[in-house]
Amino acid sequence: MEALIYQILSGLATGGVYASLALALVMIYNATHLVNFAQGEMAMFSTYIAWTFINAGMPYWAAFFLTIAIAFAGGVLIERVVLRPFEQESSVLAIVTVFIGLLLILNSVAGWIYEYTLKVFPSPFPETSYFGGMINGHQLGLFGVTFVTLILVYLFFRFTPLGLAMRAAAQNPESSRLVGIRVGWMLALGWGLAGSIGAVAGMMIAPIVYLDPNMMTGVLNYGFAAALLGGISNPWGAVLGGFIVGVLENLVGDYVVGTELKLTVALVIIVGVLVLKPSGLFGKTLVTRV
Amino acid sequence: MTEARARTPAAVTYYGLSGDAWKNIAILAVIVAACVLPFVISNYRTFQFTLVLVNAIALLSINILTGFNGQISLGHGAFYAIGAYTAAILITHFGVPYWVTLPIAGAICLMAGFLFGLPALRLEGLYLALATFALGVAIPQILKYKGIEDWTGGVQGIVINKPTAPFGLKLNPDQWLYFVALLVTIIVFTIGWNLLRGRVGRAIVAIRDQPIAAQAMGINTAFYKSLTFGVSAMFAGIAGALGGIAIQFVAPDSFAITLSLSFLFGSVIGGIFSLSGAIYGALFLQFIPHVSEGISKAAPGAVFGVFLIVFMFIMPAGVAGFLRLAWVRIRRRMANRRAQG
Amino acid sequence: MTSLTFTKKLLFTSIASVLGLVLAVSGATAAKKYDPGATDTEIKIGHTNPYSGPASAYGSIGKAEVAYFKMINEQGGVNGRKINFITLDDSYSPPKTVEQVRKLVEQEEVLLMFQPLGTPSNTAIHKYMNEKKVPQLFVATGATKWGDPKNFPWTMGWQPNYQTESKAYAAYILKNHPGAKIGILYQNDDYGKDYVLGFKEGLGDKASKMIIKEVSYEVSDPTVDSQIVTLKSSGANLFFNVTTPKFAAQAIKKAFDIGWNPVHFLNSVSANINNVLIPAGLDKSKGIITSAYIKDPNDPQWVKNKDYQEWLAWMKKYNPDANTADGNYVYGYSVAYTMVQVLKACGDELTRENVMKQAASLKNLEVPMLLPGIKISTGQNDFYPIESIQLARFDGKQFQLFGEIIGK
Repeated sequence: MEALIYQILSGLATGGVYASLALALVMIYNATHLVNFAQGEMAMFSTYIAWTFINAGMPYWAAFFLTIAIAFAGGVLIERVVLRPFEQESSVLAIVTVFIGLLLILNSVAGWIYEYTLKVFPSPFPETSYFGGMINGHQLGLFGVTFVTLILVYLFFRFTPLGLAMRAAAQNPESSRLVGIRVGWMLALGWGLAGSIGAVAGMMIAPIVYLDPNMMTGVLNYGFAAALLGGISNPWGAVLGGFIVGVLENLVGDYVVGTELKLTVALVIIVGVLVLKPSGLFGKTLVTRV
Repeated sequence: MTEARARTPAAVTYYGLSGDAWKNIAILAVIVAACVLPFVISNYRTFQFTLVLVNAIALLSINILTGFNGQISLGHGAFYAIGAYTAAILITHFGVPYWVTLPIAGAICLMAGFLFGLPALRLEGLYLALATFALGVAIPQILKYKGIEDWTGGVQGIVINKPTAPFGLKLNPDQWLYFVALLVTIIVFTIGWNLLRGRVGRAIVAIRDQPIAAQAMGINTAFYKSLTFGVSAMFAGIAGALGGIAIQFVAPDSFAITLSLSFLFGSVIGGIFSLSGAIYGALFLQFIPHVSEGISKAAPGAVFGVFLIVFMFIMPAGVAGFLRLAWVRIRRRMANRRAQG
Repeated sequence: MTSLTFTKKLLFTSIASVLGLVLAVSGATAAKKYDPGATDTEIKIGHTNPYSGPASAYGSIGKAEVAYFKMINEQGGVNGRKINFITLDDSYSPPKTVEQVRKLVEQEEVLLMFQPLGTPSNTAIHKYMNEKKVPQLFVATGATKWGDPKNFPWTMGWQPNYQTESKAYAAYILKNHPGAKIGILYQNDDYGKDYVLGFKEGLGDKASKMIIKEVSYEVSDPTVDSQIVTLKSSGANLFFNVTTPKFAAQAIKKAFDIGWNPVHFLNSVSANINNVLIPAGLDKSKGIITSAYIKDPNDPQWVKNKDYQEWLAWMKKYNPDANTADGNYVYGYSVAYTMVQVLKACGDELTRENVMKQAASLKNLEVPMLLPGIKISTGQNDFYPIESIQLARFDGKQFQLFGEIIGK
């Protein structure tokens, strides 16, 4: 029984990691109706930037917020410079190809500049541990930060005019333009915000998994699954999805099938859920005009 | 009483032959050139072009499924892997001749694809992408599973002997395998072309563009979507079998998710809405990484990523789309000149 | 009569001297024999490494080797010939390895392939290299199967193979912890499984009783925290940790955090102070037992060592941007040194056959940066250059070598 609780707690801890990245994916989706494959690499690269600042002596929180600002700017830049030419008529597939290109570039450049040796990324939270060491101060901090981000995102989209404008721009660009929404800048804003959320996710994840250029590839797999499981447009769903995926992964690995098929079974379960509930556990069933 | 007589426009000819005739000549020329190729280039290059043919078949499978039928797959590496392992196991454990393994691999993948396509029917766009992505991510782990290790060789993989030319033909193994691959490619492309040309093709495209209307017109969308998935998986499996034989080795590490992703962007770059796009995409996948490496040893991935973005920028409809656009422009200019002169 | 004998004599002497001259000249050039890739001025060596993809952390091995050969060339080369070291990326994907190696052998026409990296990559080209009779020398993997001169006379490894290492641990455990309950964490690929195989063989029939839990992970997993929790819950009190650096650090830290304090054996791949133990926490790594055959660049006990200082000088001059904590730079340096010794021994007979012959004739070769007492020996039937290792225990600051040198 104790072992089960430990596995669940450990699963919640890793789940927090997936949840934070899933939030960034949801943000991008809400702003652009696209899934950004390069999100993980953008988060990783932002974390390296933060690491550079901290290594140069900057205090943690200063580096934290500076990195968020830089990640925001970076996101906007990517949208305006790289993606703008593709927004008008290109197919989704062309844009996905561009995302893959971005992913490769960011990963490769990070490896070239920072090499592949592990970097320790500090945590701003106390080292204390709870529940017999299953959850430590940082992981609780991770939960806290994820929830704060989640609430901010939710409030932003639901209650602010800007959030409404962004959602409108993503769902119906033509009509949005007709009512005066600057669609291009809405997309850029969405990318900037996603970049910032990704940076937060990266900086929260790095103390647990250690910083190296391939830090986010595994997280992206599960983050993607988590976001879709919870409903790609629903930030609450994404976070909940992250925790579910984390716990599921642990329990399946320990009790059901052993670690050698853990990945397979976890993914089978996720796909199974999607077959039963195609828009995710908490997603809105999309009603499209035909 | 004036009669409005319908005037059929004179058929447009270019230097005496119709547009279609020119297209057929071009295809024939390419095939002839392909046959001559192995005798004028080194063995290594022949080997590379064999891989181009293998990739072309794999990309064709994506074009049919995603380009013509609109179903996104990020997991076709799995069917490719199943085909490769089928061939490897049949050859090494059962002594089946290599050329027999190709249709068998195809058949197995046809079934696998059809079965996977059935539950996937409920999933749209993104969710189908995730389901196939999950398949692509999981396949290396499945292949390593110790329960089936005796067949698959587990993490060590399986080594395959290279087939030699039969009937004492004066071809070395590289050249012989190239011709086998060429023959298979021609067959597969012919099947694909026939499929897409007729009623089935129109149904498939209709399902992509207007699924509700298609259903209203009586097209059994569920059946056609699963069928397309199956045929697409079949081609991927054949490509995998051929690829495994060419490389002479199959191992779980050869079939990571990067393979599935490369199929997708290879198709997009080549031109996902056409058959010829598969060939251009295959050439890109084979040769551009070498170019990237030549440019930068330290960060070849970054250079390759830049190539992807630049290609999409210049040719958003892929190389095939670009060429078609160019052809349209040429035709227009020739028509203008004709009208003037 | 005398005039005839005189002309005969003249004829004979002239024929003899011409013949002698011809023989002498051809004798001099007969000593220089070249296979493709070798000329009077250059030796072409081929190499593949993962510079992209999931195993790109090993790319620094290739960089180290490039830098080492550069130094050799600047010092005049090998017997007056410059080394033309051509290294290509294979992304750790066997099909790509096959393609790149074929390019190197058939298009670039290298004399030999040096240090291709990875077990699946080398398996993919194993048969090809032996069919083409091109040396596949000092492969960068510890898999046990490379030392098979009877069937694959053109392939040779270099580092102590994984099973040697895990058998050493097993022997130590049988002697010092005979009642231990063992939990194993391993990477689910050829390297991880090879270690586990050797470990089980080393424990013999005690294996099934002593090993109470085995868990694996994939390189694509974000963390191994869950696996550590499983191992602790199983009640294991001895931990055999077969992980690569990132996961090793995670495992060490998590084990400490959840209060699990087993006897901890860590595979040598991750026994690196700066790369693994410092990120994990030096205090959390106390007591970890591993094996070593090569010096850890951050172990304070080598600071005054002459070989270490030469290595450090080489790093500063030829790899100024590199991280001196990266053990790959020590590995690359040492194996490149070995290659140069083999080439030197070939003299002017730079044929592939002679390269293999010289590689199989190393007797007690001392390589800088290998641990004192560990030497390289090969023979006609011994294609395992390094077979000895020494156990070491981390005391919180450095690795204390203990016990005797295990293996030959």
